[in-house]
Amino acid sequence: MRFIFKTDYAQDIKLAKHGGHIFWYSLLMLAMLVAPWVVAEYWLAQMTFVMIYAIAGLGLMLLAGFTGLFSLGHAAFLGVGAYTQAVLTNAGVPFPVALVGAAALSAAVGFIVGLPALRVKGIYLGMATLSFGFIVEEVLARWESVTGGNAGKHIKAPDVFGWKIETGNEFYFLCLVITVIATLAILNLLRSPTGRAFVAIRDSEISAQSMGIQLSYYKTLSFAISAALAGVAGALYAHKLQFISPEQFNILQSIDLLLMIVIGGLGSVHGAFLGAIFLITMPQVIALVKDYLPPAIGQAPGLQGLVYGVVLVSFVLFEPMGLYGRWLKVRTYLQLFPFYRKGMFKRQKSFQKSDRLR
Amino acid sequence: MQFLQLVISGIAQGCIYGLIALGFVLIYKATETVTFAQGELMMLGAFGGLAGMTMIGFPFWLAVLSSIAAMALFGVLLERVVIRPILGQPAFSIVMLTIGIGYVARGLITMIPAIGTETHTLPVPYKDQIWKVGGLILNVEQMVVIGATAVLCALLFALFKYSKLGVAMQASSQNQLAAYYMGIPVKKLNGLAWGLAAAVAAVAGLLLAPITFVHANMGFIGLKAFPAAVVGGFGSLPGAIVGGLIIGIIESLSGFYLPDGFKDTAAYIMVLVMLMVKPNGLFGENLRKKV
Repeated sequence: MRFIFKTDYAQDIKLAKHGGHIFWYSLLMLAMLVAPWVVAEYWLAQMTFVMIYAIAGLGLMLLAGFTGLFSLGHAAFLGVGAYTQAVLTNAGVPFPVALVGAAALSAAVGFIVGLPALRVKGIYLGMATLSFGFIVEEVLARWESVTGGNAGKHIKAPDVFGWKIETGNEFYFLCLVITVIATLAILNLLRSPTGRAFVAIRDSEISAQSMGIQLSYYKTLSFAISAALAGVAGALYAHKLQFISPEQFNILQSIDLLLMIVIGGLGSVHGAFLGAIFLITMPQVIALVKDYLPPAIGQAPGLQGLVYGVVLVSFVLFEPMGLYGRWLKVRTYLQLFPFYRKGMFKRQKSFQKSDRLR
Repeated sequence: MQFLQLVISGIAQGCIYGLIALGFVLIYKATETVTFAQGELMMLGAFGGLAGMTMIGFPFWLAVLSSIAAMALFGVLLERVVIRPILGQPAFSIVMLTIGIGYVARGLITMIPAIGTETHTLPVPYKDQIWKVGGLILNVEQMVVIGATAVLCALLFALFKYSKLGVAMQASSQNQLAAYYMGIPVKKLNGLAWGLAAAVAAVAGLLLAPITFVHANMGFIGLKAFPAAVVGGFGSLPGAIVGGLIIGIIESLSGFYLPDGFKDTAAYIMVLVMLMVKPNGLFGENLRKKV
């Protein structure tokens, strides 16, 4: 058991709260750095995908988990980022510049889409982003001169000012660097006044407004940052697959992204990573288990959807904090070893916060 | 004449959107939860009708009624088992929950061997018949959709206006706590609202089935019902139907007069325009929450 006596605000907002954090995260970093020499190439590619999805998840987590808004069309921003990156890279723009372009365009698009929806309460942002997602998918399929239409589009290898990244290992490191930067940026944002404003809006819009937080400004900002991160993830996704087509960015992808952060644990940065790991490993696990099931179940095409649905429903019902919440419980159990009580994390019965106006 | 023809087929399609939208407006008004499983409920209803007609061999009317009744029961059960335990949690969790229910429903149907992955036609007595009225060629399937929607709307109107149950539902949707204090069994009514919504979804599925086909992914049409609800004003029952009709007509007209690609996106463009112009929808109320 570790007690931290806080005597200073600077201590309260330190990223690494204690030695344990520094030790474990350094170990994780070390493991990630040596991974290319230890892990088989296939799994390294999966780890790259985990990082790419985690970047998108971080953005969505900021929006859904910390600002309390949700987007049902985040794959569209992924798509905008991917296609911007493809067009710019194929035109010979160096990777970092193209990446910034992809993020900026996604953010700008997010800003425009979010603007009307963020004025109204409730689920309207979800509706607007859902609509936007369908429109983007159609535009990507129809605007053939730029996007290549349904036939898809190839993208050249990234070129960081003369350093061509062609092997999987090099790309892995590129993703690792960007993931670390993105994570630190989000963590830093969350301990700044802006991040605190987001959380205040999530907890109660009215009280946030009463405290002098401009709702529309902060909501739009959150949405734009979220879209920008999705754009970055989309750009990396395009480079990883080297081939993009509109149906990779459809509504199912958007729902996968949402599923990822809910299963990972809403309202925690860890959740984005845990969710990404879940999303990438689940199909593999299903593929492994398939062979042991009777063929009527194992070979059925609906199996994956069914498993996803059941996992999602059971997480919402039994573990609303997701995988991260489960980990918190395990950790608390170990820390307090003989004294863990069953009711410690009992969900409080809350009266429904009504959106009704009279 | 062609214009009129397009409008009529738009209205028929719009009725389907309207009915699905009606289902989730019912649920939204009663429990303040947004459900994304409405399309899948519709799909289940259509499969129920199919099972009744082809496998059990019920006559048409019996199959339709039993499918609707079964779905209503299923809706009540769903509310009791899955939705009620997490009432009071953030709206987002419930949205994800209903998305999960949708996945499960679709997955289960697809897993039924030899049936789940196929497309089926629903053998209705009025299949492929045509009426000629003046210069118009009316598809009977579409006319049935419009007629049935009108009847259903009248029934629902009567229910909410005249029956004790309907008035109680209205009361509980306006202020749950006050309704509860007046002795209205709010929890039971929430369950009934889900049952009603599922029944309406089943009707929509049975009406849509002859026009398209019955297959596991037909629930995706439910996503088009969200634009209908937003255009009509989220939380207004007549708004849902009117919104559905508007979306249906616009879709049908833009499919003919505008270039390719506009047909599928017209509904969504409409939503974005609506949010800019009149964010609360046609029938929505513009009220601000007071502290």
